[in-house]
Amino acid sequence: MGIITEQLKTKFGDRISILEKNKKRVYLETGIDQVKEVVSYIYRELGARFSTASGIDTRAGVEILYHLALDRQGLMVTVRVLVPKPELKMPSFFSIMPATEWVEREIHEMLGVDFIGHPDPRRLLLPDDWPEGVYPFRKKSFESEKEVTEK
Amino acid sequence: MLNPFKWGLKKSPWVFHLGASACNNCDIEILDCLTPKFDIERFGIVLTGSPRHADVLLVSGIVNRQSIERFKRAYDQVPKPKLVVAIGVCACSADMFRDSYNFVRPVDEIIPVDVYVPGCPPKPEAIIAGIMKALGKIK
Amino acid sequence: MADRNFIPIGPFHPLLEEPEFFKFYVDGETVVDAEVRVGYNHRGVEKLAEGKTYDQATFLVERICGICSTSHPFAYVQAAEDVSGIVVPERALFIRSIIGDLERIHSHLLWVGLAAHFIGYNTVFMWAWKYREPVLDVFEMISGNRNHYGMFKVGGVRRDINDAQIPSLLKAIDEIEGFCSMLVKAVMDDPVIKARTKGIGILKKQDAIDIGVVGPVARASGIINDVRKDFPYAAYDRVQFERVVLPDGDVFSRMAVRLLETIESTKIIRQCLKQMPKGPIDAEVREIGIGEGIGQHEAPRGEVIHYVRSNGSNYPERHKIRAPSFMNVPSFKKTVIGQSIADAALITAAVDPCYCCTERMAVLDRETNKVLLNGDELVRLCQEKTEKMRNK
Repeated sequence: MGIITEQLKTKFGDRISILEKNKKRVYLETGIDQVKEVVSYIYRELGARFSTASGIDTRAGVEILYHLALDRQGLMVTVRVLVPKPELKMPSFFSIMPATEWVEREIHEMLGVDFIGHPDPRRLLLPDDWPEGVYPFRKKSFESEKEVTEK
Repeated sequence: MLNPFKWGLKKSPWVFHLGASACNNCDIEILDCLTPKFDIERFGIVLTGSPRHADVLLVSGIVNRQSIERFKRAYDQVPKPKLVVAIGVCACSADMFRDSYNFVRPVDEIIPVDVYVPGCPPKPEAIIAGIMKALGKIK
Repeated sequence: MADRNFIPIGPFHPLLEEPEFFKFYVDGETVVDAEVRVGYNHRGVEKLAEGKTYDQATFLVERICGICSTSHPFAYVQAAEDVSGIVVPERALFIRSIIGDLERIHSHLLWVGLAAHFIGYNTVFMWAWKYREPVLDVFEMISGNRNHYGMFKVGGVRRDINDAQIPSLLKAIDEIEGFCSMLVKAVMDDPVIKARTKGIGILKKQDAIDIGVVGPVARASGIINDVRKDFPYAAYDRVQFERVVLPDGDVFSRMAVRLLETIESTKIIRQCLKQMPKGPIDAEVREIGIGEGIGQHEAPRGEVIHYVRSNGSNYPERHKIRAPSFMNVPSFKKTVIGQSIADAALITAAVDPCYCCTERMAVLDRETNKVLLNGDELVRLCQEKTEKMRNK
């Protein structure tokens, strides 16, 4: 087990579950209440670089994965958090990591997750005339998507 | 009777490059035509910065929902005779992006296309040949 | 903001081949605020990838971007291999590194050419693009196409490099290195280029860390960051090369980083060609397995990262793509404010923005309250400034 994994384990204990996939990849899973604490610890204390965040639509909610790169250790730490449906509310990381600005806007328009505290939640990639409430990256939204394309 | 405007157009066509939602590669190859190895200026072809000055429109990429309005407007600004060359397989048939949610219609259903230059990306030689072929349409 | 004048650039910008839309709010000649609207190039590649098999997706992601066309397949195949730990044959790793770094040379030369055109130095533009042609010829020799090489597949590469090709490749690399070193001297010693780019568009180290910029933009601001060294992959841990890091963070540093990197890249390619072992080039992968994987690659513009989640079927459940420009473009807000409008076009070009990547998916002047200049005129303004400086 790597030093970083040890460090995270002693710091957070049971509050996170760790999977060390190989020596370059570590996956953490945590609850929506602790995610801010976990991510800011990795970003501030361990000196990680925010690489990106990906959102995945699942049955229970939208899974958001924060990919944080520890360049000096050559380790990619991925923090996984489930944002439960149907509210889909998530604290914004903009105040901690300004780099998340664009990616949060992207997840907001593509998956419909509301980031609370985001300074500028406008559209980023989708066209201006895109209908409200249609999220292209949601699974099984094909019916509603059809209507949009046939317009 | 020789029409001096048409004669002049055949000798020195000005082209405008209209990149819709392209992957950049056709666009780079169009720019590449300008550089020393291919040098289309020796045929009198000049790349202009505005559609209002252009005789030939080089279209690359698919047209998406955000760019379609602007795309039509740029086409309307081109003076007659409007010659359109579709560069690359995306502009010719939309290829692998046909199923995308942001894709509207193929280019030739939005504006009339005169010459198709397929390829991903087409070689600069093919692009030059395409422009020349389009000029052949002027009678 | 009705009382302020703003200058729209784009969407069909005369120089950056892609459509994007910048809005610069100006007070006299100084830029006071800036905005960018992307979305003109959104093609929904991530969603399309979910309907493609793992082998088809390689070709799809290659068509995200035409300049850095190997970077996306490079990161993607690594993500797919990372799902269940597929081991790639040695020879394939070396071929991947060769393709990856050849692309870096052609992309950097392309950028230097465009930047030179921005400051009105068309001689450098023509030179840089002329010297880029031999790189494309090398690509044509290896892969059969000038761009969009189609070299990558999950588990290896699609084409081998013959032994018969190696001497001519080495010769071509020597020639390219000669051109690059000549260009480095010519561009970096040029007083006009220096006057025009030094101290302009500075991105401070702390801002760079906050925004999370990657690649040459980060390295020009003094951040030591290079995926090839930090997360060794392909054959990059078996070759010697230096990371080019400069402290100033201005446009000149970014130009210098890119130019010097081309020379490092020729070193990498030469070593790879010499050390390349014999053997198979493909692991013949039959299935991907269940799980998730991350693939990273240091593209010419910075770190590309792909995330793939597999549920054991032939199609990925989710394919997330993050291109380097997605992190680099937001930095223009820090760099362009307070600068003169004649420099704005140059500064926005200095991050080497790649919109097709950023949006994986073109620009507009709606809601214009006053159009002062168009993009064409802005470039002309930029070029005139150089002319004035030259005459002094």
